[in-house]
Amino acid sequence: MKYVKLLISIALALGVFYVLNTQIGPLPPLGKFLTPVSGIWQNEKDEPTSGEIEIPGLTAQVTVHYDAQMIPHVFAENQHDLFKAQGYLTAKHRLWQMEFQTHAAAGRLSEIIGEGALSYDRTERRRGMGYGAEQSIAHMEKNDPETLAFVQAYADGVNAYIDQLHPRDYPIEYKLLDYKPEQWSPKKTALLLMYMTKMLAGRDKDLEYTNALRLIGKENFDLLFPDFFEKTDPVIPKETDWSFINVPQTKAPQQHALLDTITKTIEKPHPDNGSNNWAVSGAKSLTGNPILANDPHLGLNLPSIWFVMQLSTPAHSAFGATIPGALGVISGFNQHIAWGETNATRDVIDWYKITFNEDRTQYQYDGGWRDVDFRVEKIHIKGKATYNDTVRYTHHGPVVYDKSFKAENARSGYAMRWIGHDGGNHQRTFIELNRAKNYTDYVNALSYWDAPAQNFVFASTEGDIALWIQGKFANKWEGQGKFLMDGSDPANDWQSFIPHPFNAHTKNPARGFVSSANQHPVDENYPYYVFNDGYETFRNRVINDFFRTKEKLSVDDFKALQNNTYNLKAAELIPHMLDKIDPSGLTQEEKEIFDEISAWGFANAIDEVGPSIWKLWFEKLENLLWDELENDAMALPKPYAYQTIHLLKTQNDHAYMDLRATKDQTETAEDLFQLSFKEAAKALMKTKHEKGTYQWGAFKATYAGHLLRGLPAFSRFDIPIGGGRNIVNAASTNHGPSWRMIVEMTSPPTAVGIYPGGQSGNPGSRYYDNFIDDWAVGTYNQLIFLQSPEKTDAIVGTQTLIPSSNE
Amino acid sequence: MNRTIINLITTLALAILLSTVLPWWSIMVAALMAALIVPLKKTAAFFIPFLTISIYWGTYCYLLSSPNDFILTEKIAVLVPFGGNPYLLIAFTGVLGGISAGVSGLLGKELHEALKGT
Repeated sequence: MKYVKLLISIALALGVFYVLNTQIGPLPPLGKFLTPVSGIWQNEKDEPTSGEIEIPGLTAQVTVHYDAQMIPHVFAENQHDLFKAQGYLTAKHRLWQMEFQTHAAAGRLSEIIGEGALSYDRTERRRGMGYGAEQSIAHMEKNDPETLAFVQAYADGVNAYIDQLHPRDYPIEYKLLDYKPEQWSPKKTALLLMYMTKMLAGRDKDLEYTNALRLIGKENFDLLFPDFFEKTDPVIPKETDWSFINVPQTKAPQQHALLDTITKTIEKPHPDNGSNNWAVSGAKSLTGNPILANDPHLGLNLPSIWFVMQLSTPAHSAFGATIPGALGVISGFNQHIAWGETNATRDVIDWYKITFNEDRTQYQYDGGWRDVDFRVEKIHIKGKATYNDTVRYTHHGPVVYDKSFKAENARSGYAMRWIGHDGGNHQRTFIELNRAKNYTDYVNALSYWDAPAQNFVFASTEGDIALWIQGKFANKWEGQGKFLMDGSDPANDWQSFIPHPFNAHTKNPARGFVSSANQHPVDENYPYYVFNDGYETFRNRVINDFFRTKEKLSVDDFKALQNNTYNLKAAELIPHMLDKIDPSGLTQEEKEIFDEISAWGFANAIDEVGPSIWKLWFEKLENLLWDELENDAMALPKPYAYQTIHLLKTQNDHAYMDLRATKDQTETAEDLFQLSFKEAAKALMKTKHEKGTYQWGAFKATYAGHLLRGLPAFSRFDIPIGGGRNIVNAASTNHGPSWRMIVEMTSPPTAVGIYPGGQSGNPGSRYYDNFIDDWAVGTYNQLIFLQSPEKTDAIVGTQTLIPSSNE
Repeated sequence: MNRTIINLITTLALAILLSTVLPWWSIMVAALMAALIVPLKKTAAFFIPFLTISIYWGTYCYLLSSPNDFILTEKIAVLVPFGGNPYLLIAFTGVLGGISAGVSGLLGKELHEALKGT
């Protein structure tokens, strides 16, 4: 009997052990996860901001002052120590995020979240993310060992933190997914920069355009997707004189487009990834000092993409937003200059059709055959066998689509030519900008920048303002790369690059301001081929009109502009539509909505209903209008909102207005207005029924989602912020101004800044999301720019990093 | 001192000591060892280690989370899920630890009796 009891108690103990030590469902093993000794309870705290830390390989002591926003102000004796300290501190506050983002870049998410991420990982591998990062390291090894040494110092700093980390102090996401951090390396920094390149320049539509061209013909294509819109207000002012450019555009060969059908294309980055930046000259500034502003629009995530720091050596001091994983300040200022970026959205990705031989070891080129290079991508999957994906590389680049990935033809494929694969020294640009003293230094820093193409805004205490559209751009022939090209014809290769000095730029323009908001870079007069790669057409005009109508501007004006919610897009179509609606054909409920939208003043404020009505109305309208472009058998682009509105207002009877579904009737734009309004009204009533209201704040429901697929427990929902897509205050549902900065070029500069997150990456810290409420209502934090390592009243904690004594 | 108190103190001391070298299941080892050193009878063999570890873990959790205003505990209590109630998560954690220690104490008792019998 007692042995039976013994056996039962053994079984019971083992059973309890098993249940608590095994992953069941989405939760990690509960024993490990919940033990107060080393589980999640240990993450219930803020990161330490005092004490002394020994770090191997420092040459001298580094002082780190923390202010009340938990912004570290770093004072090092030299750049080597500075970047080592940056790596250490970034890891201290954001370790999980920095590793996760580089895993995402490298196509390694299956390793930590399992098979569900395989398709994503394959896409990133086939896009050549790892290949591009390796090219970039090789480029630095060959051309710039100094920068590579800084990147290595940063990596050593990150690793110093990881090596000191006890498992009980692992960031909570490691505990949740039950894995541990690995060593950082320069390649991870290169991967992060690839991640940014993809995010900002990865949304080309060449293959979709190819489908559209075949489907609707050239004339219709040019109508729906014109190279330039009727109204453009380009980044570089129209009146710019280009006569200094003495290298001509590449001559176009005899060409015709390849009209393939492409069923599916790889996932594109968020279409709203973009930004605003601008600067006014001293003459246009109320105080006489130039003022500069930047607000990059990215996905609203937690931990935030940005981490704010001051990075100083005795020779320089930079302040601003850094990106965990990259060196230096990305958008910020130093004692002499300020800078910021918006996406230049140029077409830096082209596609080539590849024809293989029988066993797919060679491809056709210039009348002969060339060997394919093979790159085997080993994708490790949590709890499963490793997946091997062989990617074929041509001289164009990786064959992303072939019979094993999203395409069917056994003997052909589509290769990607992407400037991101060319290797580059992008890190150098920021290192140089951080210590730049004037316009010349700024232009020199930019010369290292190849990708992603950015509009770099600039202002200096000397009184200069400028804006360069910087990237390494192919000098394309007219029309090159808009559609799929034949990869066997050498004339289709990129023939040369636009020399850096001929990149479009403007310095101290007569109008007294520079600005960019992802619109057209230039007008038709720029002597190189630039086509419409999805340029923004609304924010830029609101911004430029603001500057044109005000004689002098202040920092407060800049704040107001960054928070401006005027909906120009709606204002350009709604009055026209209201005119054409026949109110007698509306039900009582529809009539009420009609009255609401008629009374709207086009501000996308949270307590308005107009923005919600407009959003649904325009969505329904676009769906009805572009029914011709709905096709499950192929990937097709949607015509740009600007052109859609233009056609609706000017071509009431165009054949596209007709609905395919109604065979016996011919609809006009006016019919579509009425039909879509009724559909929108129906959807609005449904929303009202479900949520109780369709006021813009509730309707839009802005949230900042945790990086791990928006894990609700670590996300912030229903953030009360106005604005929206195509609006200067670009806060849409899960996307928007990810960092707002305004710098006045006093000596030294004075600045404000805020972002929708917090300095800590730990959901258990009060600094995880403490900026969000202020950000939502449009207030800013004063950035405390320390001019010396001396502690001031603003400093709440000081941590000292000291060289390891045992070396 | 009666056996119950001695077992309780032994369990707690071993749990704290072993937690520095072993993972979460150090509490199971502690309860097992305590049961062998200071055997308890009947239901006490389960409930004493259960109570000891429940209170140890629960108190430890509270001491870690309370000074930080339960910021993280509330979030984890959404995930686990306890409707965001931190106290429920603390109690749950305590009970989990308690059950692990309890069944382990029970095993210790049976093992002790089996060894005694031979």
